[in-house]
Formats: sequence, structure tokens, C-alpha cells
Amino acid sequence: MSYSLLRIAREALRGGSGWTRAWRDPQPKPQYDAIVVGGGGHGLATGYYLAKEHSLTNVAVLEKGWIGSGNAGRNTTIIRSNYLLPGNEPFYEHSMKLWEGLEQDLNFNTMVSQRGVLNLFHSDAARDAAARRGNAMRLHGVDAELLDTAGVRAMLPLLAFDAARFPIKGGLLQRRGGTARHDAVVWGYARAADRRGVDIVQNCEVTGIRVANGQVQGVETTRGFISAAKVGLACAGHSSRVAAMAGLRLPIESHVLQAFVSEGVKPMLDTVVTFGAGHFYISQSDKGGLVFGGDIDGYNSYAQRGNMPLVEDVAEACVALLPQTSRLRVLRSWGGIMDMSMDGSPIIDRTPVGGLYLNAGWCYGGFKATPASGWCFAHTIARDQAHALNAAMRLDRFATGAVIDEKGAGAQPNLH
Amino acid sequence: MRIPCPHCGARGSEEFLFRGAADLVRPSADASAETWHDYVHLRDNPAGQYNELWQHQHGCRRWLVVTRNTATHQIFAVVDSALRGRAA
Repeated sequence: MSYSLLRIAREALRGGSGWTRAWRDPQPKPQYDAIVVGGGGHGLATGYYLAKEHSLTNVAVLEKGWIGSGNAGRNTTIIRSNYLLPGNEPFYEHSMKLWEGLEQDLNFNTMVSQRGVLNLFHSDAARDAAARRGNAMRLHGVDAELLDTAGVRAMLPLLAFDAARFPIKGGLLQRRGGTARHDAVVWGYARAADRRGVDIVQNCEVTGIRVANGQVQGVETTRGFISAAKVGLACAGHSSRVAAMAGLRLPIESHVLQAFVSEGVKPMLDTVVTFGAGHFYISQSDKGGLVFGGDIDGYNSYAQRGNMPLVEDVAEACVALLPQTSRLRVLRSWGGIMDMSMDGSPIIDRTPVGGLYLNAGWCYGGFKATPASGWCFAHTIARDQAHALNAAMRLDRFATGAVIDEKGAGAQPNLH
Repeated sequence: MRIPCPHCGARGSEEFLFRGAADLVRPSADASAETWHDYVHLRDNPAGQYNELWQHQHGCRRWLVVTRNTATHQIFAVVDSALRGRAA
């Protein structure tokens, strides 16, 4: 069923009796041409683009829980393409372009809102770094504007401009950045993939990967063995555990990242702002709640909850940037498990096991990448080779030294 | 999360610096590139019991080996890393 204004009007007159479920609930078949492990945004997008771009329709996306139960529901919904390095920026810009056409493409309201992403800076050195990043973006054909204090003040007069410790000296603005509705993204991709014949199988946990003679044969699941010549892993947060089923050891640690939503307030923030003196980012949802987050807790964790020191740290940054939030109450907080790769950049690549593909290492920046990640992973799986856009996101780059080190900080699992 | 330091007692985790896997053994300088790659980049990353290095930075400043469950944050054992080295 296509969604349209006409359909809404018709269903309004029929008391909504014609609405059907958004996607089927199929039994897993014994054999598929390709299986994607993980029904998050990236996995569902992969299933969708396998069908749409590569005409592979005998495909299943296996999800251990239900669609939207993992990190797809545990992020701060920011979309942007303000990266520095050639290995990253064209990929994220492709993602941004896919976001811009996503609603028409999926026939689903993913609520993409290009309200802008503004990265503040508070020192001369940070201004230089922002200018460099902005120039790198523009060299890749991406929009970037460097604002001075007056420019930021005109946009957001409510910020703490004259704070003694971290006065706001300006910001790097990407107007095409913004937010999208996280649940709608997974629902939209699941429905669109399903309409092209992809099986979305929920409550089906992969418990093993069968490999013979260096070639993948299929996956063991809680609903039995499923055979497939190609298996793609898109289960960031748990990539190490799933890849270990095929004997792989990854350059990844799993860490917990917390995020928060305040009680709803009247419209006060019409863009996404990041505080440059600490690690903090904030936007206001359409319901009125402030959605914000900060750094990872900083220790290995698979628990989907964090600890108090980081809560305090994030609250301090929030009040430093927006003093008027000091008496707001936090409505909810949650923790999501992140694949922290050793250079802060993701992996979309083949693996040493034939027919086994890996989509992992998203650190805490996976949401914005959802469309391009699925698009590139589908290409990598279907053609058995990387697309130019993900050519640098190799699994072996840590061994060869060709890392994508956005921060220039060397090998450690706390980068982004 | 509170970590029971063997020297200072149970303290909040914000007093400690986390340094990751405790069981990695630094290769010799002339070890192969592959061995070094393994040491620098690859991790077991288990969901469950894990031996980790934490330094009690704002306390006794000792390096500790904390055996912790990464899925529940439960701590099973904490020993001074120097003592652990001697025992092994």
C-alpha cells in the first residue's frame, strides 16, 4: 500500500479500516541469496538497497529483537556531513544526499529536518581547525559557513556568549545538516525493503556462522539454520561477538554512550548546536524536549546504561552553553552500545572469510550514515567489492597503516 | 560504579583512569608487524568477565587489574597490577 494524502483522506472516511501492517512478518526460508545480520538502520538500508540497486530480492534481514529495539532507538538523530578527510567526506555527503530524497524514495515520512548543524568554537586555535574543516568540506562540494560571534548571536541569542571560561568566538555551520526521526528511518526502510520482497525476520537471533573451506555457508539462528552464500554483518555494538562466530577478531571495543531528553518546553532551539569546549551536542525535538548527549562513559560495556559521572559531565556542559536549562528536568536517559574502532572511522568491507561481509565500527556516529552505509554495504555484498565511497573503510587498514584518523590521535578506541 | 581499591577502599569510578585490556602482552621491539598490529589494534571485547587496567589516579595512583562483567558492570576482583605480575 502506498502512502499519500489521497490515501489518508480515503482512510479517514472509512474509519481507518483499510490500513494494513507496514511490513510482513515472514517465517525465515531455508535458503537466501544474501542474509543481513542485524535489523537496525544500517541492516535494513542494506536490505533495501540490495533489492533496489542490485535486484537481489531473495534476501533476509535477521533481527534478534524487534525493529527499533537497538541503537536505532538510542541515538540523538543528528544528520550531517561535516567531515575532514577524503576517506570519509564523500561517503557522508552521499549519505546527506540520500537523506534529502529519502522520504520520496521510501514513501515514508522520515521527518528529515535540515535545520542546520552549528559547531561552536571558543578559541583561536579552534577557529583555525573549524576553518580548515570548512575548507575541506567545500573542496568536496559540501556547504560550510564560518560564522563569527555576531553571526552566531544573530542565529542563537540564547547561548552563553560571554562566559568567562569559554566565550563563544564563532561556529562552523552546515545548513543542510539537521535531524531525522530515528524510528521512522527504520520503519521506512523496513517497509520499503519488504515491498521489494526482502524478508524482515524479527525475533531471530544469529547464534553461529557456518563456514566451510573458507566460505560462508549460512547462519545458525534461534529459528534454525538458514543457508546463504553471502552474509553481511551489520550489528554495530555487538560486532566483535558476532564476527567471533566466524573466527574473526576485530579492531573494536564496545563502549556505552548515554543520551538524554528533557521535559518538553516551548520552541527555544531551532538548530543543532555542539559545544566546542567540551563534548556536548543538543537539539530540540518536534515534541519540545531537548535531546542531548556527550562523551562515551569511557570503559568497555555491553550494559545499555551508563554511570553518574558522565551524567554530571553532560549536565555541566549543557548548563555552561545554555544556562537557562539549569532547572529543566531530564525526562529520560538511555545508553547505547557503540562499536569503538581504533581510528574513529567505520569499516565496510569484505572479510578474510569468503562471502562474509562486515559493516562495523561506527563509534557514536552511525545514525547520520544510515543511508550511505546501507547503500555502500549493499554494493560491497552484491559486487563482492567496495564502492569508491567506502574504498578507504577497509578492515585491514589497521595492519597496513592506511587508517582514517579524523582526530589525528593514533590508535585508541575513544575517537569519533 | 564503585571500584574497591585494595589500598583506599571502595571509590567512585570517576577517581580512576581506564586503560583497557589488562591481559595484552607487549611484544618485543623486533617482533613482526603482524604481532604488533595484534597488540595495538585487536581486542577480545567480550560481553562478560574481562580483566581491565584502571589507575586510581585521584587516590593512591596505583595501577589495578579489575575483573569486571562488561554486561552488568559487576566487579569480581581487584588486585594491584604489580602484585599480579609477581604472582604470575
